[in-house]
Amino acid sequence: MTAQTTPGHGAPVDETDAHTWTGRARRWLLRKLPPDKLLPEDQPSFVASWAYVFGMGAIGSLLWIIVSGIVLGLNGPQWYHVSSLGSFVNSTHLWSVELFFIFMVVHLWLKFWMAAWRGGRLLTWITGVISFVVSIVAAFTGYLLQTNFDSQWIAFEAKDALNAVGVGAWFNVANVGQLFTWHVTLLPVAVGAVVVLHVLLVRVHGVAPPLEAAESDAQLLHNRPGATEPPEPAEPPEATEPRGTVQ
Amino acid sequence: MAGCLVAGAVSVGAGTYFGWDGFTIQSGNLIVIVVMIILFVLALVLPFPGGKRRK
Ligand code: HEM
Repeated sequence: MTAQTTPGHGAPVDETDAHTWTGRARRWLLRKLPPDKLLPEDQPSFVASWAYVFGMGAIGSLLWIIVSGIVLGLNGPQWYHVSSLGSFVNSTHLWSVELFFIFMVVHLWLKFWMAAWRGGRLLTWITGVISFVVSIVAAFTGYLLQTNFDSQWIAFEAKDALNAVGVGAWFNVANVGQLFTWHVTLLPVAVGAVVVLHVLLVRVHGVAPPLEAAESDAQLLHNRPGATEPPEPAEPPEATEPRGTVQ
Repeated sequence: MAGCLVAGAVSVGAGTYFGWDGFTIQSGNLIVIVVMIILFVLALVLPFPGGKRRK
């Protein structure tokens, strides 16, 4: 094979010389998301604001939802619907869902009012929308797993809508076993995958600057996403007062 | 098994509703909405701790 021409372990590889799909994929990934963009040490000074915290708040609550959900699933309903410790863990699962949605909605309001889809960040916004929708379906199946009168009410209110859109045969709200599978495997994996994509996209593009930031702002030039993207349209000239840089 | 699934299900109360002129909202939903609005406003007005340290 190409043993003589292949560089040894640790030798620098000429990135323009990718001739396999793995090499091309690596080159593409490194160009889109170089390690210093994936795990940066500095952020522009405008990121020091509560407006940028709620996404992480949603991730924090999601982590507890997943940890407590694993504990619930492994112990089963005989535990979480009967024992007091089980009920307690069940309650922390529910309350972290409440926090998750509260943080997510405040996050979405904040990103809406700063038009955070600017500068090629549309896909970040869209993955946010998808995570919102998938999270609602996940929460819906969770409420059905309460198996009390509330869930019975919710299930039979939803049944007609699900039948009307033609998915009732595959997504059957009256089948607790099937709902359990949706709730503990497919939907959490879907929420997790969309959130990972969402956060990677935030890292690819860098954090959206405030609306009043000037195009000439030194921090924005420093944080400009890769050359694959056109620069944002110039902001009005009155917004050109200089800003400090972090370094 | 089915018995165990529902064993912990306590009967759910009717809930407390507030309403004005044909508009009604359940207390839990109202609280969540009010909390979200408060958090939104606080995120805009509260200074970020340590924010001044950064140049
Ligand atoms: C599962 C729920 C979500 C999680 C865990 C999440 C997480 C995050 C995180 C950690 C960030 C970066 C830090 C920040 O700005 O807060 C972010 C940014 C962003 N999020 Fe979300 N998000 C979620 C839902 C949403 C939703 C529902 C939307 C809007 C429909 C949205 C739109 C955005 C946008 C546009 C950005 C980019 C902001 C920027 O570049 O400065 N996200 N998200």
